[in-house]
Amino acid sequence: MREAAAALRHEFIGLSGVVERNWYLVKRYAWWEVAFFFWTAANTLTIVFIAKGVQATGGKIDIDRLTTILLIGAVIWSYLGIVFEILIETVAWERWEGTIEYTFMAPLTRAVHLLGTGVFAVLYGLVRATIVFTVIAAFFGLHMPNANFGSALVLLAVASVSFVGIGMMTAVLPLISPEKGTQFGYVAQGLMLVVSGVYYPVSVLPTAMQWIAKVSPATYALRGMRRAILNGAGTGALWGDVWPLIVIGVISVPLGIWVFRRGELHSKKHGKLKRSG
Amino acid sequence: MFAVEVHNLRKEFFRRDAERSRLRRRRRRRVPALEDVTFAIERGECVAILGQNGSGKSTLVRVLSTLLLPDGGSARIFGHDVVAESRAVQRLVNRVSVEASFFKKMSSEENLAYAARFYGLPPSKTRRLIPEILERVGFPVDRRHEGMEDLSRGMQQKVALARALLTSPVLLLLDEPTTGLDPRSKIEVQEFVEEVWKTQDATILLCTHDLREAELLAHRVGILDRGRLLCLEPVDVLNERYGADNLEEAFFAATGRAFEEEEDEDAERGVFA
Repeated sequence: MREAAAALRHEFIGLSGVVERNWYLVKRYAWWEVAFFFWTAANTLTIVFIAKGVQATGGKIDIDRLTTILLIGAVIWSYLGIVFEILIETVAWERWEGTIEYTFMAPLTRAVHLLGTGVFAVLYGLVRATIVFTVIAAFFGLHMPNANFGSALVLLAVASVSFVGIGMMTAVLPLISPEKGTQFGYVAQGLMLVVSGVYYPVSVLPTAMQWIAKVSPATYALRGMRRAILNGAGTGALWGDVWPLIVIGVISVPLGIWVFRRGELHSKKHGKLKRSG
Repeated sequence: MFAVEVHNLRKEFFRRDAERSRLRRRRRRRVPALEDVTFAIERGECVAILGQNGSGKSTLVRVLSTLLLPDGGSARIFGHDVVAESRAVQRLVNRVSVEASFFKKMSSEENLAYAARFYGLPPSKTRRLIPEILERVGFPVDRRHEGMEDLSRGMQQKVALARALLTSPVLLLLDEPTTGLDPRSKIEVQEFVEEVWKTQDATILLCTHDLREAELLAHRVGILDRGRLLCLEPVDVLNERYGADNLEEAFFAATGRAFEEEEDEDAERGVFA
């Protein structure tokens, strides 16, 4: 019992070490963080202005509602981008700095290593997504009188488990292909969002894509967030979106750890677990 | 029980030929990095492995530090198999390699702190330990908040030593720790390695291509050539065995090549330096 407690404590300290390191990096690259924030804000604006464009060309729409729908899509896109980027950098950044060998020879289970990265990614992503959402909503003077931000956050937190699981699977790509693996992570992000109704309802997609949408956690995250913010749905009313996210999360996290572990073994076999790959 | 016990260890890599065959395909060929390497190191011993670039020194260190899976044979650290019991091995081993390898924007203190967490050291311990250990390696403690990129190569290597010692390893793997350092830093690092070996109950495996360093620090010296361990003996026994006056001559007699001679063939082998 005492041994198990000591082992658990060791893993928890290790997990906090991963979060701590990422926090140090955010501090040290603070100005870059500001620059990336403006980039995300500009990207979000590009999308959200589409609503104004539709109105200007004579479309009869509820401008506030469409703007909010697009804003939620753009913010989830950037949030997912942050989570995937941080997880993919588990390998890519460490390889670039040359620390990869020291991290992978440390007595830390890969699950804890990846979960630590995931925890930081979610915390950091939530902060940035919240700021972007607030700033853009203020920019357009959006009114969301019915919004239930509490249930929206709960839904995003549940969805984040699945996002981290899928992010773990993409994090293995730079281990297998040091040159192109990182970029392929962004491809995975794009593919997930295109079927998930990021700026349009899933119902407009071809039937085959709608089937794929059913296994994408982003589908439920986007739908649930919109219902919470536009219609004020509480967590109980969102259960229809929450339970698929729980199921996908329960499957994707162990699967992500397993996939990463396979990639690690492949790298150890072929000598790719080093700086130059 | 031996600190390190390696038996018939084999590792090979596949490399594609630069030239294409008539079918326009590049042939893959097996390149042996380690061939049936067998040796043992007693607890508390300091052993040096000499070899040129591409001889397999770093491959050996990577296998022992669980970063590479061997293709055959076995390697055990204090009785723990490096493949089957990698977690147990990782708790016992740390390493200093030719490149200091840190997050360059982060300070030495930050780099050491997060590395220590992976070995289960909480902030309450590292707050006290980090300045202590930096002082011990001769690093100016008041510079511990500066970014690694602002430190000299010698300073960075001292932090690398501190990182390895912070986790109190019982086996220290040193992979060319002084390569590229200026003469003063080199001597400081060598003196510190000697001090660690004398004051801590550590076993040291030093891979180097610095003959003097091997002679100065090690009880026994091995010669690794093209993945084969040709011998592993005390320097005087080695010299006597090859009828040599010094290690350089012994190396030449053992391998048929001068120590400084780096043949193209070695580079082409494409194995780890």
